[in-house]
Amino acid sequence: MATDELLPLYRQMLLIRRVEEEAARAYVQGKIGGFLHLYIGQEAIAVGTEAAIQKRDAVITTYRDHGFALARGMSARAVMAELFGRDTGCSRGLGGSMHMFDRENRFYGGHGIVGGHVAVGAGIAFRAKYLQQDDVTLCFFGEGATNIGGFHEGLSLAGLWKLPAVFVCENNLYSMGTPLVRSMPAKDLTDKAAGYSMARDRFDGHDVLHVRDRIREAVERARSGGGPTLVEILTYRFRGHSMSDPGKYRTSEEVEEKKRQHDPVRIARQGLLDAGTPEAELAAVDAGVEDEVRDAVRFADESPPPTLETMYDCVLAPEGGLDA
Amino acid sequence: MREVRYRDALREAMAEEMRRDPTVVLMGEEVGHYQGAYKVTQGLLEEFGDQRVIDTPIAEAGFSGIAVGAAMTGLRPIVEFMTWNFSLVAFDQIVNNAAKMYQMSGGQLPVPVVFRGPNASARQVGSQHSHAVEPFYTNVPGLYVVYPSTPRDAKGLLKTAIRSDNPVVFLEGETLYNAKGEVPEEEELIPFGVARVAREGTDVTVVTWGRPYVTVMKVAEELAERGVSCEVIDPRTLRPLDHETIVESVKKTNRCVVVHEHWPYGGPGAEIVDRVQRDAFDYLDAPILRATNLDVPMPYAIELENEVIVTEARVREAIERVCYLD
Ligand SMILES: Cc1ncc(C[n+]2csc(CCOP(=O)(O)OP(=O)(O)O)c2C)c(N)n1
Repeated sequence: MATDELLPLYRQMLLIRRVEEEAARAYVQGKIGGFLHLYIGQEAIAVGTEAAIQKRDAVITTYRDHGFALARGMSARAVMAELFGRDTGCSRGLGGSMHMFDRENRFYGGHGIVGGHVAVGAGIAFRAKYLQQDDVTLCFFGEGATNIGGFHEGLSLAGLWKLPAVFVCENNLYSMGTPLVRSMPAKDLTDKAAGYSMARDRFDGHDVLHVRDRIREAVERARSGGGPTLVEILTYRFRGHSMSDPGKYRTSEEVEEKKRQHDPVRIARQGLLDAGTPEAELAAVDAGVEDEVRDAVRFADESPPPTLETMYDCVLAPEGGLDA
Repeated sequence: MREVRYRDALREAMAEEMRRDPTVVLMGEEVGHYQGAYKVTQGLLEEFGDQRVIDTPIAEAGFSGIAVGAAMTGLRPIVEFMTWNFSLVAFDQIVNNAAKMYQMSGGQLPVPVVFRGPNASARQVGSQHSHAVEPFYTNVPGLYVVYPSTPRDAKGLLKTAIRSDNPVVFLEGETLYNAKGEVPEEEELIPFGVARVAREGTDVTVVTWGRPYVTVMKVAEELAERGVSCEVIDPRTLRPLDHETIVESVKKTNRCVVVHEHWPYGGPGAEIVDRVQRDAFDYLDAPILRATNLDVPMPYAIELENEVIVTEARVREAIERVCYLD
């Protein structure tokens, strides 16, 4: 295994983990409000898929979006400041945890209504096909979202028009408090791809390199005109659905067992050690991440909130600005 | 009288009606095993079992349609939206099917269904999760739109809603769930279309509902100390609207302020202004004013959200202006 490939992915996953742990702390301190959906446990998916795509490719996801924002290249500062509701945040403090956006890095949010963004993702891919651009759109959602109309209509059109997209279901086994067995009759949710004559793939999502390698196939298919793929990646979220979820629907033994077996950050770190990376080198990486996170929190703390003027400016775009 | 929380009053209403009528079923996301996202349905699965308290997948259009179909053929479903924001993906079912089935069928098929759940802003949940949906639904003939502001009204109106033979949009104040108030021990059914005078007064009529109800009652208390006597009216049902009670009050006070959380463009707030200016024109001593949420999608930042949600200051200022106080 090439440690030089794994090391930056490990660092990225650790950054996501640490940013979110600090966000959870800030939430308890009242510096972050509203809903905060943590990605902890699922980091290998955002980082592994990012490693398989190009900067020009597009990503769109749900409210569980901090990991993708960072994986796409957003700074920890911009993420933290958004969580703190500051003008320096990626959405100028107007969006918050659920609505992170970064046009420059082609990260298209951050969406709060389950299923609502799936067709939007297909629309980004539609533009690529129409303009004969060769970028691919990755659209992420949870397994719970595969029951709602928005998902089916998005896939229906993407399948019909062979859009260059990959629809990635992050199956973390629970849709809020509902385990999969109580929310859908299908055991393998890529069965749903058949109805749209779409390619499918299904694999485990705790090893970041494995995620990268497996998703490549679907990305290449989309890029080369082979149409969309429905991919199911099996994962687990270590925290509650959001900060306000007491998580009574699963046992702490189950959660602890998953943490022991499937922690993507730990798996990557162990992989690096096993491949001969010196502990000191990893410690230096860890320390760098700590600095970055501490800096992000300080930056967010010191940034001003958005003004009323910003709020009013962001209702309608100024006419003529797009063509200027 | 005993004190009951708003959320518990709602649960009592559902439990009593489910005991009374086996055709009442409850469905929605996390209503059963999870005990309700906002704990309104706590304990109902245990009492009534999973045939009647039904956890659904995330498929609002689907289960709303299921409820309409079941309602037009003999059941009385209660649909819980985890929040009313998510009703927007079921808008077609509510507007095109629930509200029109009776009319389209020439009066053959009544649709006794209740759609209920928390409405309007919570705290910093952003623009997609902060809708006050009452303007969307009050626009539709064929629907009742109910919005209780106190535990007593919550219980009495929900019981009426469940027994109604027509589709009811039942809006609960997200921020009111913990509010405590007196609720009678004995059964009470509160009729639709009857407003409640929440506070008697002589100088100005203030009409309000939902979260701003709390704001208005507080401001009214404060202004009383300064010698301004507010009459506060809670319509309780926004469709049909008890404009008579409002108009009678304005004929007495000669001034009117409407306070609401929905956006200022149209909606029941503007409807009330229209009724008052038509029916009490000769009695008015000042233009009717409204204090509302600001006309923007809800921002996340707390400093901005505090400004957007109708503030005590804006309520006070509107009342002072119609009273020509400075
Ligand atoms: C249309 C709609 N209904 C309900 C909700 C409330 N809600 C938010 S997330 C969620 C569970 C989603 O589960 P899943 O799709 O598996 O994604 P996960 O949260 O596990 O990542 C629910 C019910 C919503 N946001 N939108």
